[in-house]
Amino acid sequence: MTKLKVVNPGMYSTIQDLGRKSYQQYGMPVAGSMDDYAHRVANLLVGNAAEATVIEQTALGGVYQFTEKAVISITGGDMMPKRNGEESLKMWRTLVMHPGDTLSFGAAQNGFRCYLAVAGGFDVPTVLKSKATYVRGGLGGFEGRILKKGDEIAIGASTFVPMDLAGRFVRVSKIPTYEEQVTLHVILGPQEDCFTRKGIADFFGNVYTVSGESDRMGYRLEGEKVAHVSSADIISDGIIRGAVQIPGHGNPIIMLSDCQTTGGYTKIAHVITSDLWKVAQLKAGNCIRFKAVDIETAHELLKEEANIYREIEAEFDQYRIEGYQALAEQMS
Amino acid sequence: MKRDYTIKHAGDCGVTVEFENIISECVNQQVIQLKIALEQAAIKGMGEMIPTYRALLIQYNPLMLPYKELETGIVKAMDCMEDVTSQSSKVYIIPVYYGEAYGPDLGTVAKHNGISEEEVIQIHTSRDYRIYMLGFTPGFPYLGGMDARIETPRLEKPRTKIDAGSVGIAGAQTGIYPIDSPGGWQIIGRTPLKLFDRDKPNPILLEAGAYIRFKPVGLKVYAAIAADVEKGTYVPETVLTKGEA
Repeated sequence: MTKLKVVNPGMYSTIQDLGRKSYQQYGMPVAGSMDDYAHRVANLLVGNAAEATVIEQTALGGVYQFTEKAVISITGGDMMPKRNGEESLKMWRTLVMHPGDTLSFGAAQNGFRCYLAVAGGFDVPTVLKSKATYVRGGLGGFEGRILKKGDEIAIGASTFVPMDLAGRFVRVSKIPTYEEQVTLHVILGPQEDCFTRKGIADFFGNVYTVSGESDRMGYRLEGEKVAHVSSADIISDGIIRGAVQIPGHGNPIIMLSDCQTTGGYTKIAHVITSDLWKVAQLKAGNCIRFKAVDIETAHELLKEEANIYREIEAEFDQYRIEGYQALAEQMS
Repeated sequence: MKRDYTIKHAGDCGVTVEFENIISECVNQQVIQLKIALEQAAIKGMGEMIPTYRALLIQYNPLMLPYKELETGIVKAMDCMEDVTSQSSKVYIIPVYYGEAYGPDLGTVAKHNGISEEEVIQIHTSRDYRIYMLGFTPGFPYLGGMDARIETPRLEKPRTKIDAGSVGIAGAQTGIYPIDSPGGWQIIGRTPLKLFDRDKPNPILLEAGAYIRFKPVGLKVYAAIAADVEKGTYVPETVLTKGEA
């Protein structure tokens, strides 16, 4: 069986799919990749289902060794991937790793989270209908935890046709640029009435900085405090990814993949789904502005995103890197 | 019956249906009934729902289910709800060994309220607690209405580890820890039942809208149940009771 050996796990690397979505009503966080776009595109490149498992690396990537030949792709933040310590590897395309090859990553130069997909996916047990790692709960992924040195992760069987995958790449227009200052589109509410008019104006009129206390659970922001009419507390209700909570201290928190399922703080807005990848690629010190959109606009943007996935797949057949036939031979 | 509710956006893939802004069994029952009605309607494109005290969060895929259609579906379900009368509610019997090593704070709770430990147990086990919602950690039940005679403030210094199954009191609340976790509740006993068991197809023992009744057991019974739970052969005891909603 083909395996990926973890020589060095990097700072915080986990196996993720697109989340554990059937147990939120029982208090189970969804987990799953933070950057859905990079996750899905990485899988499309290597011929996997979009939700297949990938390795999500944070801030500083790891070093891995392949026991057998494998077809991989690397997307998301740029961690300067290299083969055998010297050959720089291009991202957003299919690559062939040979038996014994090492794949190493450095610190994120651009963006914050880098995704590694392999044809066949990473073969870890399904726990509660998902393979996503939920570290706080110690379940899913590889033994319910972040990867560590010496782990050997099985790679699933893949029935790809080399000529299909060889030379696939994502065109520049569909590769995101990870800015250090982003505008996040949000849908106002549901507790917008709990804030003063000035509080709402401050939320939309100021720049917020990502604090060092930000992780997969949520991004804590610092900046102009958002004022409540009276209390910051509500009778606890449901929380989903993208919710922007404002506790009593007045600083926003964007709830993300590992967020708890219920909470008692006022939610001023929700980041729209097609903008969540931008948050995933921010690091401490980066800046955020919020901009309100209506629901129709948000749904249009979501449709556009779905179309982009379709276009990317269609373009795999239209464009290939030069000499892909030779790559196909290497894959066989 | 005309119901008072509002439908609000919770982002572009969720809506929250809010009922009266209070904690009450009647309001919470409406949340549960709406959830049941929507489950029965099986609207294509609707995702998982999260029921809480007074709101139902409904997730949906707008690419499959336009918002307007979801809204229509919710309004329709709201009309059907009157048919979903809850004649009875499920009560989970939770065996608890009170005091000693399993309930180190039983004495504190007794002393704080000027009653005996036996009285604390008697009061704690004398009523059914509604499970308003699950959250905080997987399987943690938010329970309603504890008797004021055993209210006790949290520990000044929280413990770094409280064992799964511990039964505690925090102010006017009582609850059970589903997994080992840090916490500041006054621990009065422990149940051998697993509220969260990841190895089971249905990993969560309890559900929102049901009730809990604590039942004192001795060490022998505790050990026997614990052994059956470990083997996976224990079937939790439940009874049906007329709902108060």
